Amino acid sequence: MEQVRLNIDGVDVVTTPDRTILEAAREAGIRIPSLCYDRRMEPYGACRICIVEVEGARGLLPACATRVTDGMVVRTDTEELRRIRRTIIELLLSDHPRDCMTCESAGNCELQDLAYEYGVKETRFPGEEHHYEVLADNPLIERDYDKCVLCGRCIRICREVQGVGVYDFVNRGFEAVPGTPYNRPLTETPCEFCGQCVSTCPTGAIISIPSKGKGRPWQVEKVRTTCPYCGCGCQIDLHVRDGEIIEVSSPVMVGPGEGNLCVKGRYGYSFVHHPDRLTTPLIRKDGELVPATWEEALGMVADRISKALDDKGPDAVAFLSSARCTNEENYLLQKLARAVVGTNNVDHCARL
Amino acid sequence: MSGNGRTKLVLGYGTCGIAAGAAAVKEALEREVSAGGYDLELDIAGCMGFCFREPIVEVFYPDGRSVVYGDLTPKKVPQLLQAAAAGEVLEEWVVRRSDDPTAGEGDFLANQHRIVLRNCGRLNPESIDEYIARGGYEAARKALTTMTPEEIIDEVSKSGLRGRGGAGFPTGTKWGFARRAKGDQKYLVCNADEGDPGAFMDRSVLEGDPHAVIEGMIIAGYAIGATQGYIYCRAEYPLALKRLDIAIAACRERGFLGEGIFGTDWNFDIKIKKGAGAFVCGEETALIASIEGKRGMPRPRPPFPANEGLWGKPTNINNVETLAAVPWIIAHGGEKYAELGTEKSKGTKVFCLAGKVRRSGLAEVPMGYTLRQVIFDVGGGVREGKEFKAVQLGGPSGGCLPASLLDTPVDYEAITATGAIMGSGGMIVADSSTCMVDLARYFLSFTQAESCGKCVPCRLGTKRMLEILTRICEGEGEPEDLERLEVLAADIKAASLCALGGTAPNPVLTTLKYFRNEYEDHIFHHKCTAGVCPALITVKINRDLCTGCGACAKICPVEAITGEKKEPHSIDPDTCIRCKLCLSRCPEEAIYAE
Repeated sequence: MEQVRLNIDGVDVVTTPDRTILEAAREAGIRIPSLCYDRRMEPYGACRICIVEVEGARGLLPACATRVTDGMVVRTDTEELRRIRRTIIELLLSDHPRDCMTCESAGNCELQDLAYEYGVKETRFPGEEHHYEVLADNPLIERDYDKCVLCGRCIRICREVQGVGVYDFVNRGFEAVPGTPYNRPLTETPCEFCGQCVSTCPTGAIISIPSKGKGRPWQVEKVRTTCPYCGCGCQIDLHVRDGEIIEVSSPVMVGPGEGNLCVKGRYGYSFVHHPDRLTTPLIRKDGELVPATWEEALGMVADRISKALDDKGPDAVAFLSSARCTNEENYLLQKLARAVVGTNNVDHCARL
Repeated sequence: MSGNGRTKLVLGYGTCGIAAGAAAVKEALEREVSAGGYDLELDIAGCMGFCFREPIVEVFYPDGRSVVYGDLTPKKVPQLLQAAAAGEVLEEWVVRRSDDPTAGEGDFLANQHRIVLRNCGRLNPESIDEYIARGGYEAARKALTTMTPEEIIDEVSKSGLRGRGGAGFPTGTKWGFARRAKGDQKYLVCNADEGDPGAFMDRSVLEGDPHAVIEGMIIAGYAIGATQGYIYCRAEYPLALKRLDIAIAACRERGFLGEGIFGTDWNFDIKIKKGAGAFVCGEETALIASIEGKRGMPRPRPPFPANEGLWGKPTNINNVETLAAVPWIIAHGGEKYAELGTEKSKGTKVFCLAGKVRRSGLAEVPMGYTLRQVIFDVGGGVREGKEFKAVQLGGPSGGCLPASLLDTPVDYEAITATGAIMGSGGMIVADSSTCMVDLARYFLSFTQAESCGKCVPCRLGTKRMLEILTRICEGEGEPEDLERLEVLAADIKAASLCALGGTAPNPVLTTLKYFRNEYEDHIFHHKCTAGVCPALITVKINRDLCTGCGACAKICPVEAITGEKKEPHSIDPDTCIRCKLCLSRCPEEAIYAE
């Protein structure tokens, strides 16, 4: 692809014409603050935090939605821009609860980070504030629109990434707020409870109920692993506090899932610490299931398969695999069935 | 309009006329003509512009003279018919006479120059034949059969026509962008989402001369290479929509729309998309989203619609007034159009005179006319002989200009330099009884309610500005409020996503600039000099003038007025809610607010 040269804050940057100013700046190590931006979605240009000055352009431009052009000269941190960003942050805080002490998202809140960076302690523009009812109409996702900044990220990730479209804005102006059709509970919408909206919400407006009150970001250890549910191989971070998984997230733009998870990957972890969870193989002896070692269990399976083959031939044996295995593992299992045992009796759990 | 030897009566039948009672007059005309056995022809027309005298009827005599009568009622119809049949003129009802331009309100039209409104009120908008009889569709035929798209764009560029929706972007240049944009399908959209309070010129054109807009679209579509046109018109304009439907159907029948139009191999058709009345849908990207069935919210530009518009295809969007001027330009030549106007603003502009002006209605004047000429020469000045105080140009996106700027010419750049905008052409006149803080509050309450809510500066900034203005009007303004308003206004203008937010602070900024003393009176002296803001006024009775008739006490909804019969009355200020109903009721004008 052809190359574009531009100058951002005095730094010469070479990039490709498909990049936005925000992307080009971040690649060059120049951070432009933002709020409604999430790499996983199309730019939206609503929060106006990322506005920059471009020489020769009429007015200020949102860096997230403006493509780079050759010879562009961009300034991202002028006095005017800082003043406007401050006003925007003050306006947002003028209709936002000041309850960071107990907010689930403290320490993981983009609005908090902006207020911190711009030193906004109070707003010069106090006025009417919203007091919506907290919506906990399901076991997983809680919505508190008092904290909503109307960045539209929940709406867009649900529509653009998940292809579901549970949310959209209702009402106009100051009364605009995200909502479901006819304000129905999420359980009565096509919601798949993937929690993508939770993952993108920049504030504490949408949170995961199972994680509520369980730990602050700095109190957890993040353990990177691969989601065990299917063969996709999504990368996940287990948020572990005192040996317990309290939340699962996915690093944005890492691994095949690029930071997106489904309901299983994000919320299907309660089995890990469940008292009923099997931690060793069990072998039924005298009508009772008795814990065994893997050697014992595999040896027993091999013996039984051999016996069945001897008695009744290969078609007396069937192999049932799992959708939670990788493609490679499933391939190996059917290979074992067909090439070693000699049967086509192969199936997997997802068909049940 | 006459010509078959019969006298013809044409009733103004636009929304303004109907609202003033034209439907009852129409019924009376039809009834009385058949009952009286008159040999008179009846017809309807759109709004001629005399909105202040509706319902109106224009009588065309066989000798070519015509007389416009106003303020008609069903009761006046028999007398009107007798006079019309006898060829007599009812002098006292005359609004305008063709043989005496000084009679009645004749100078209202005499001081105008009509291009866009050339047919409004002059033909039956539901008849394609009448439009054709006045030269209609000849420009489109000429364009499609004798001109290349480039020649058309060149002609429009030469005319100097600029977007009449408000922004004033050169139309020829815009068409050129769309023409050069690459795409397998292009679209032309007519923006008929007129939404400014006090603006009704687009509605009047659509109701009075729908074919002019359609003809303009045919020419524009051919010029840019669009085979599909859309008219985005708000559902609150049912009469405009009905007449557009009739006009489009008639065009398809005549082969002016559809396949192979005017015998060429060019195809062009028009669909109507009804808007739900959101003001923001006048913004082109929000309008596109609305046509696509999405929530009407703007998106950042670039990409501009000329490259990525409706359904992601190159799209050209023009306002009703712009498109209605196009057939005239093609018929008469761009240079002819450019003879009118100033150096950078050519042709004419239609204004909607409203508010405290004596003649409210449609005024089309050449660019370069001063505001004074429009308001006083055409509009007849301020009503009831009161003093002119300000004019609000460009509706809620525009600004309030004081008397000292009345000699500002109607010119995009000159008006922008004052802090107002040309806008779509709303011109609301304020007199000494208008409080400028209250007026700014009103316009901001409109933009705040119409903000789509997408971007922070507009959604929250206009809300906070409105709250500040409201408390100033309620006598609770703080000294810091003026600075707060200025800070918010500057940042909202600089940072908003679309022009709705980008212009919303204009009424506040211009009133702060030109009428700052009124803000200061409210905040520092707890006084509303215009006597408007209820919290800051006291309603009193002049005991010398009061005759004790008791009319005020009777209408007072809170029984705050007491007094013996035939003795001066008084108002209890603690009970009074300052609704000022008594002011309008007092026959002696003894009650006043201060």
